[in-house]
Amino acid sequence: MNWLAVWTIYRHEMMRALRTMLQSLISPVITTSLYFVVFGTAIGSRIEQVEGVSYATFIVPGLVMLTVLVQAVNNASFGIFFPKFVGSIYELLSAPVSYLEIVIGFVGAAATKSFIVGSVILITASVFLELHVAHPVMMFVMLAVTCVVFSLFGFIIGIWARNFEQLQLVPLLIITPLVFLGGSFYSISMLPPAWQTVTFFNPVVYLISTYRWTFFGEADVSLPFALAMIGLFAAVCLTVIWRMFRTGYRIRA
Amino acid sequence: MDDTDIILSVDGVAKTYADGPKALDSVSLSIRRGEILALLGPNGAGKTTLISIICGLVSPSAGSVIVDGHDIVSDYRAARAAIGLVPQEVQLEPFEKVLDAARFSRGLFGKARDDAYLQRMLTALSLWDKRRSEVKALSGGMKRRVLIAKALAHEPRILFLDEPTAGVDVELRKDMWAVVEELRSNGVTIILTTHYIEEAEAIADRVGIISGGRLVLVEEKGSLMRRLGRRELVLTLGDGEDLPPALARHGLSRSADGTFVYTFTEEGSLAALLADLAAAGVTVRDLETRRRSLEDIFVELVKNGADA
Ligand SMILES: Nc1ncnc2c1ncn2[C@@H]1O[C@H](COP(=O)(O)OP(=O)(O)OP(=O)(O)O)[C@@H](O)[C@H]1O
Ligand SMILES: [Mg+2]
Repeated sequence: MNWLAVWTIYRHEMMRALRTMLQSLISPVITTSLYFVVFGTAIGSRIEQVEGVSYATFIVPGLVMLTVLVQAVNNASFGIFFPKFVGSIYELLSAPVSYLEIVIGFVGAAATKSFIVGSVILITASVFLELHVAHPVMMFVMLAVTCVVFSLFGFIIGIWARNFEQLQLVPLLIITPLVFLGGSFYSISMLPPAWQTVTFFNPVVYLISTYRWTFFGEADVSLPFALAMIGLFAAVCLTVIWRMFRTGYRIRA
Repeated sequence: MDDTDIILSVDGVAKTYADGPKALDSVSLSIRRGEILALLGPNGAGKTTLISIICGLVSPSAGSVIVDGHDIVSDYRAARAAIGLVPQEVQLEPFEKVLDAARFSRGLFGKARDDAYLQRMLTALSLWDKRRSEVKALSGGMKRRVLIAKALAHEPRILFLDEPTAGVDVELRKDMWAVVEELRSNGVTIILTTHYIEEAEAIADRVGIISGGRLVLVEEKGSLMRRLGRRELVLTLGDGEDLPPALARHGLSRSADGTFVYTFTEEGSLAALLADLAAAGVTVRDLETRRRSLEDIFVELVKNGADA
């Protein structure tokens, strides 16, 4: 392993984020605060408890996931799309680095950025509510896992996208619906049985369910099954990336 | 030639792009350690494709490349570590600062940070004063230097320069030639592409000509320059006049349009012809000299490609 190269890519990506850090943090914080005001306070006061906690508290894990998923996909897809777009990717392709090292550098940086945003959202949430976290270590582990897995997914999008429109299409058209239908704002058990079945094809369901478990000790989906599904999704992403590099898909003629 | 003297060996490399024509057709080429090779060829000849294959940007459809004993596919790390690439287009991150860009390149190639080296190199490229400037604020010529700085950041043993002086003014061009000369004195092997025959003349040891995806010839600069340096004198005589026998010894050839063409390389032989013309008293209606263009030479070489 060329760890120096991995570190160089990682550092380079983090430095680029530093230049726009304020923007990347302010917008999610404002958005989440709005969610708390609208769903938590205004509407939430009329909703009875869900799974034993107030509605405002119930949506915290889902809200964190919503933001983190969008951030991870955006960060990672932009991270690799940008050098492709300006052409500086020639240097990555001509450097003595393996595809794995490129992926670790870019995905690591995107995941770190999303993790920071996720933590800031949690801090914001704790301003509005008193948060009880049942499994604090697992809570951060799951946050990290989510950041990594969806940064992998974003990386694929970044390689696939030919232009900025395509780059924005996926988060808008795929991620947001998946998160909303993944149980961010409700428990899967509230859905009619047919929809529950459909839901099981949504990888976000497993993330949100597991993440909610780290907060409240209760999950929609059995924990081992959810973890297996998350692992499966990560494996699929890695395989796709590996295939892309092998065949040079949209990066190497 | 001793095998250990060969730093780069290209063997039967071909490339057909997925949605395109055959860009390279079985190119074989050996490059000696420490030499400067200039690749000439018209637009679309395949120069960039050849360089891109050697550097790992394009996968070859056939053939193999060995860089300093390392196969570019099975032993890509060692092969690529030896190579620095200056691409044809300016492809830089606009918001990056010059020094950061060079540091990034060095780290990416797995070399430990060495600011003293980077300072020397950036100074040699007249970039040290601009080290804190963002790339986008630099002029086109300076951006090109940043590309060179990035390629040199990891101290490569082989440097590829894809049209380093396209769109660069005379001053900067001379500067670049000086940089190339200094690299060569440090033992760096250099392969550059250019459209300027004078550039090849000024800095190369050998010249390769690519046309239509084929390497038409590789020749020592001196002998090629003699061929390229050939000039022609076109004589138009009065109506119906033929060449007097006194001029036969000059070996003029008659073209289809009735003019006579005299090929020469040295001033002296031209003077002799003119003196003979005057003595013979023929009517010279027009007299025109022309240097064969690179284009003519390409055409000729491609036609005679087989025996080149
Ligand atoms: N990525 C690509 N996909 C399809 N065709 C390509 C690609 N890159 C180059 N080509 C084609 O391959 C041929 C050789 O191109 P190449 O860029 O190697 O030429 P070149 O000798 O560098 O030309 P120039 O002097 O204009 O830089 C051209 O016909 C070109 O259109
Ligand atoms: Mg070219």
